Amino acid sequence: MTQPGTSGLIFNEPELWEKSREGRCGISIPKSDVPRADLDPALTGDAPKLPQLSELDVVRHFTRLSQWNFCIDSGMYPLGSCTMKYNPKTNEVQAARKGFAAAHPLAGDEFSQGALKLMYELEQLLGQITGFPAVTLQPAAGAHGELTGMLMIHAWHAKQGKQRSKILIPDTAHGTNPASATLCGYRSVNIKSGSKGILEPRTIAEAMDEDTAGIMITNPNTLGLFEENIKEVCDIVHAKGGLVYGDGANMNAVMGIIKPGELGIDVLHLNLHKTFSTPHGGGGPGSGPVAVTRDLTPFLPVPRIEKKNGTYAFITNFPDTIGRMHTFYGHFGVMVRAFAYILSMGSDGLKRASQLAVLNANYIKESLKTTLDLPYDRPCMHECVFTDKSVQEYHISTMDMAKRLLDYGFHPPTVYFPLVVDAAFMVEPTETESKDDLDQFIAAVKAIVKEAASTPELLKSAPHLPKVTRLDEVAAARKPCLKG
Amino acid sequence: MRYLPHTRQDIDQMLAVTGHDGLDQLFETIPDSAKTKTGLNLPDPLSEWDLNATMEALCSQNAACRSYTCLMGAGSYDHHIPAIVPYLVSRSEFMTAYTPYQPEVSQGTLQGIYEFQTMVTALLGMDVATASHYDGGTALAECALIALHKSKKANKIAVSSLVHPSHRQIMKTYLHPSGYEMVDIPADKNGLTDAKAFKAMDGIAGVAVQSPNFLGNIEDLGHFKACADEKNCVFITSFTEALAYGLLKSPGCLGADLVAGEGQSLGMAKNFGGPGLGLLAGTQKMMRNLPGRFVGKTTDSNGRRGYVLTLATREQHIRREKASSNICSNNGLNAMTAAIYMAAAGKNGIREIARLNHDKAVYLKNILVGAGFESVYDGAFFNEFVLKAPAGFAARRRELAEKHNLFAGICLELYYPDMADHYLFCATETVSGQAMDLLAKELKS
Repeated sequence: MTQPGTSGLIFNEPELWEKSREGRCGISIPKSDVPRADLDPALTGDAPKLPQLSELDVVRHFTRLSQWNFCIDSGMYPLGSCTMKYNPKTNEVQAARKGFAAAHPLAGDEFSQGALKLMYELEQLLGQITGFPAVTLQPAAGAHGELTGMLMIHAWHAKQGKQRSKILIPDTAHGTNPASATLCGYRSVNIKSGSKGILEPRTIAEAMDEDTAGIMITNPNTLGLFEENIKEVCDIVHAKGGLVYGDGANMNAVMGIIKPGELGIDVLHLNLHKTFSTPHGGGGPGSGPVAVTRDLTPFLPVPRIEKKNGTYAFITNFPDTIGRMHTFYGHFGVMVRAFAYILSMGSDGLKRASQLAVLNANYIKESLKTTLDLPYDRPCMHECVFTDKSVQEYHISTMDMAKRLLDYGFHPPTVYFPLVVDAAFMVEPTETESKDDLDQFIAAVKAIVKEAASTPELLKSAPHLPKVTRLDEVAAARKPCLKG
Repeated sequence: MRYLPHTRQDIDQMLAVTGHDGLDQLFETIPDSAKTKTGLNLPDPLSEWDLNATMEALCSQNAACRSYTCLMGAGSYDHHIPAIVPYLVSRSEFMTAYTPYQPEVSQGTLQGIYEFQTMVTALLGMDVATASHYDGGTALAECALIALHKSKKANKIAVSSLVHPSHRQIMKTYLHPSGYEMVDIPADKNGLTDAKAFKAMDGIAGVAVQSPNFLGNIEDLGHFKACADEKNCVFITSFTEALAYGLLKSPGCLGADLVAGEGQSLGMAKNFGGPGLGLLAGTQKMMRNLPGRFVGKTTDSNGRRGYVLTLATREQHIRREKASSNICSNNGLNAMTAAIYMAAAGKNGIREIARLNHDKAVYLKNILVGAGFESVYDGAFFNEFVLKAPAGFAARRRELAEKHNLFAGICLELYYPDMADHYLFCATETVSGQAMDLLAKELKS
């Protein structure tokens, strides 16, 4: 089978300032039609030392840089926990519409009805998908959504008259979970998952007490397994007066199958840049809406959107609100894309997306479980986690396999996460990869495992095709050089 | 559905491999009692044609769907966006890439962000800048947390009441559960932060002052630096208009320890308030306290130059509950946008655009005063200023918006109850002298 990875001509490109020549400028500057008004020279400084380039210099520079990147549009990105699905292009067209892109956030409700209506309707759609009565779109990313949710849990306990000091966090949680809890002043209590890779009610019952604010659960968890005891776990936490935070980063597995709001979860964040197809942008902008039960609605951040007699308005008058999480209303441009995606997919489309995401993951799991070690051989959801056990005898690690995959033209899976598995190799294919693409990926992994036995040095020195080989990360951290 | 590639035959073949009878059976580990009985009940799926029509209809209910004259700022600015900026940043290789955790195939994002960090330090006069934050307000809240975490004893942060009101609200929200206190520094009669009031405070871990402040006035940051040093507290400065530092003395050269601000002006559309770009920079001493990602320069195994994410030991995925912040995804593509904008504008371009902003704002202020508005403050400003409006302006303003698509200022009463009839105006390089003359004529008639 021909693999997608090959080499071709790419270009070297220096740092911007190496190309800079005194006197060049790459933007058009209009002639002023008003008198010059100089500021007091005591207030002005020298012009910032930005590089001086022509327009073509800039175009060529960033075009060359871009060609050194792997991206979804060029190849499969099976990064576990990241849901790197295809980003539909029509969503970009919708977000770029002048009426949205040029809208000033303080133009006033009556001049912004289209934006308000879109946000209101997106809240309704996300509420419908997750089974919650209320949603805020304000958080700017998943971790920001987590913080918003935890602040609401904190505020809820305060309102009950007694603050608590701890929070339960399973070992399969995202690393952001404990960090978000810390910001709310909660001490994280690590909860071990059971032998099946999921939470056991008994463990929760032992750890849960009346000084514990609740639990943060990722479901499906980061091993790609559904937390089968979720309802029982929620009941245990509620019985002790705690709340359940749901990390919905993995919602892509279960749309139309379960609704977290029906299972006893109290607060849930979503990642629009995962489940709802908005581009990741090389590290954001994301969007992390938070859905809550009726009891938690009073604590939602402000402003909220209200619909009255067919018109929409921002309202801020909620005495129990946690306050504000973003300067304006969140990442509206990302919301437009997610809204367009949901409207394009409809109920059947979203359910189908989840079914195929799970089918793809199970297909990979079954196809590779005799090639790679599979620590939890159970039906998985949208992702599956292998380890490097089967190649350790050749002194080959997960990292070596990951780097070698680059030569074959695939982005590596998530590696060394989740922490609950040693040297994890975590594959999330997403639903937008076809069987043919998966077969190519499977063939690549099998070929690499063969190479591990026959030519291990090929893996240890991989990758060979990209512009650079393995980088010295230790030196980078020891003597940080963060600017040119 | 065109995004889902599976044929019937594919599905059958794959199910045979996984050993399932049908797609529903894939979810066998989910107890029946947990499965939803209610279905999704979303609207019927739209074709691309119908989606276009639906979105166009929504768009048309925003005044911004027609060209309009924007004399509003307050954290979101109307600047010209050179064609190359959206063109380059829309390249799939930037837009559809993940966070650059695999540096060998992410050198484009990494070098771009490294250049971004470098140009931000040049703009702000600081030693180090992070790879971006969500927005100016959240970046400022993180700075407050840094100051508080660094301080052994003090648990208060002094914040100018002329810091953007939304930024102050975000800080309050972030600080509340940890029991930290935020004290407001009042404004003086010149529309500047009252340094005397700050001097009288104690137990302060850090002080935050915005310049130009929310009323548009340029603060004496150097003086605040001296006051902060007396108290041995962290000096934080913030801004909402990044272009101001194309002209003004940088916060770094005025002694800031930490700088947080909004970078939307650097090539980003207003987008109804987001995504913009959070900028966060510090002195060398602060490097390891800063939240979020850094890109650093290194070499590959063949000695060639390359870039990696670095200093990750501060971050949540390594440090978990001991991390300096919980931030994960930030606004990477917006940072790339700003990098392209700053590279294109360059040293002379950014200076010239900044001067144009100031020129236009001075012109607008003069003609509005000529049309019956009252000047409130005499001090220096960049591209925003406050005026007291003549009676009946609220109705005129609305009429101007409805009839002429001209949005004249933002009423300040919403933010400062004692500022009824006071409006915050903004003029950028996009406003023509002719449009301002027309406004004056309308207001006089």
